[in-house]
Amino acid sequence: MSIITKPAPKAGTRQAGPGRAGDKVFSGAALGAGVLIVVVLFAVAMFLVIQALPTFSAAPGDITGGKGFASYIFPIVVGTLIAAAIALVIATPIGIAVALFISHYAPRGMARGLGYVVDLLAAIPSVIYGAWGATFLAAQLKVPYQWLADNLGWIPIFGGPASGTGKTILTAGIVLAVMVLPIIASLAREIFLQAPMLHQEAALALGATRWEMIRMAVLPFARGGIISAVMLGLGRALGETMAVALVLSSGPLIASLIRSGNQTIAAEIALDFPEAFGLRLSELIAAGLVLFLITLLVNMVARWIISRHKEFSGAN
Amino acid sequence: MAVPMTERKRSALTRGRLPTYTPHVVAGSAIVVAAALMALIGFNAFGWGVLSAVLFAAGNVASSAIVEGRRKAVDKLVTSVVVGAFLVALLPLVSVIWTVLVNGVPGLLAPGFLGTSMNGVTGAVDNASVANHTPVLGGVYHAMLGSVLITLWATVISVPVGLLTSIYLVEYSADNKFSKVITFLVDVMTGIPSIVAGLFAAAFFGLVMGPGTKTGFVAAVALSVLMIPVVVRSSEEMLKIVPNELREAAYALGVRKWRTILKVVIPTAISGIASGVTLAIARVIGETAPLLVTAGFASQINSNVFAGWMASLPTFIYTQIMTPTSPSNPDPSAQRAWAAALLLILLVMLLNLGARLVARIFAPKTGR
Repeated sequence: MSIITKPAPKAGTRQAGPGRAGDKVFSGAALGAGVLIVVVLFAVAMFLVIQALPTFSAAPGDITGGKGFASYIFPIVVGTLIAAAIALVIATPIGIAVALFISHYAPRGMARGLGYVVDLLAAIPSVIYGAWGATFLAAQLKVPYQWLADNLGWIPIFGGPASGTGKTILTAGIVLAVMVLPIIASLAREIFLQAPMLHQEAALALGATRWEMIRMAVLPFARGGIISAVMLGLGRALGETMAVALVLSSGPLIASLIRSGNQTIAAEIALDFPEAFGLRLSELIAAGLVLFLITLLVNMVARWIISRHKEFSGAN
Repeated sequence: MAVPMTERKRSALTRGRLPTYTPHVVAGSAIVVAAALMALIGFNAFGWGVLSAVLFAAGNVASSAIVEGRRKAVDKLVTSVVVGAFLVALLPLVSVIWTVLVNGVPGLLAPGFLGTSMNGVTGAVDNASVANHTPVLGGVYHAMLGSVLITLWATVISVPVGLLTSIYLVEYSADNKFSKVITFLVDVMTGIPSIVAGLFAAAFFGLVMGPGTKTGFVAAVALSVLMIPVVVRSSEEMLKIVPNELREAAYALGVRKWRTILKVVIPTAISGIASGVTLAIARVIGETAPLLVTAGFASQINSNVFAGWMASLPTFIYTQIMTPTSPSNPDPSAQRAWAAALLLILLVMLLNLGARLVARIFAPKTGR
């Protein structure tokens, strides 16, 4: 290609001049756009660091909670991880099953339409999931929470008294699961569809049932893809703001999932940022920086698994 | 006649198989038994459906385990679980859409909802409308205008940058190191939490324009951070499937590379690029968190993205639910919030549908 793009300049072909200028401008613009993306990402990190710096140099007593930044950020990091963990525990098995249904169980003609339906789930804005979780789902879950507190209250995560409004971290986790599900399902579906057809047909020809065929020919092939799909879902669940901000009535870190309490980084920023100023502002930006680093790590691991998986897969 | 039939049934090939009518029988009896059980503990249609499905699955698996053996029974069990999981996954979708429709339609049909703003609508106005049973006042005109303007500016920023980057990646980079860096960073950008994108824009403009700068344009910058990677990814995929023969034919005719890209490559891929951009718009128009920290809240119409706070549909929904206009009578605020939610869902669905239509009508002919 490069031979074609750089024709040897010859004397006397003056009419090529304007075209060459166009070539230079255009390739320069394309390169500039690429550079801009690199610059923007570094700017994101840099501006967050600059604005967050006062937090790290401030006296521990001035930070919210009065014990320094580490003890301020620790409970909301744990809260973020709890909410994301609940979401993944629910969404991973269901998401994989939905992907299997669309790729291997649904009738051929329906599969495409069902894929769109799952994509619709992903298209609904997060604020609407939040509103649904806060008004509809939380009210529905009051009774089950009461039951859990009465019967399984000896397990710390179900310790009572149950929330009277249903606005707990478990509800927030369920709403997050609904939002993460389409991501896991659509990525896993792509992987399942790539599984080598010859292996599947061979398994069926040897007399395997459909489940045995999937277990032997599809799942081993898709393992890396499933892990990375779950990691990408985790990245989304960690950073999701509105669902938690609307659904959870927040409080200090507690073990029980069915009492009001706990808080996530993203929701804390969304709730407090509009009224924040001075040191509080840079505290919240520092919290955002921590969130950025956590999701960056999760996403990079996920991409690394995907790229490793690509080398080994028989597809392409 | 009857003798050969029974002998065929006992042949080695068909032995140990359930007759084909088994599922129908199991389904029928499951529905009847479920109805009987529900009658004992109090009937409701939802519980009846769930119980029937569970009984049907259990009956199928049990009959298969008795007659056909363990392997077939496990297969049927997994089939039931997979189908059940899909139905469970549909529940929230149906529930969300139903909730939004039921709560949103009255507000959306209220006169003046689409044409007025919240300017002058105070708690006293809402209290009066509840006390006198008069229609709820106030509307979303300012929020719709804000959403459209902010998304428009985000698109104006993101599409050229995203498209040019994808052109660089596909046409110019020849897979060098820098292109690998860009691809990696675009992947990383896809995973940036939306609130962090908002914080970035707020921090950037806070440093440049003075602290507390909140305008529609700051929000548009925040949304572009989320939108650019989506545009790059989809355009890159589309440019990649443009056949190389087209480029080579253009080069053979002595056409410059930039003209080849503008006149041959992009027109071939334009449908996919357009649908990718539409999907990206659908994604960012529903973003709430970045707008909360960059655009502020406004109750009056503001059509200038460079000055003053600006409302948008998602933040309108959020504020109406979290801080009702009248704390003692939250119902009018809830009605407005759900109506705005319905409007937002309709908008997003239309954009999604539009993207699919664009992609299907002008699908690029790849020769495969």
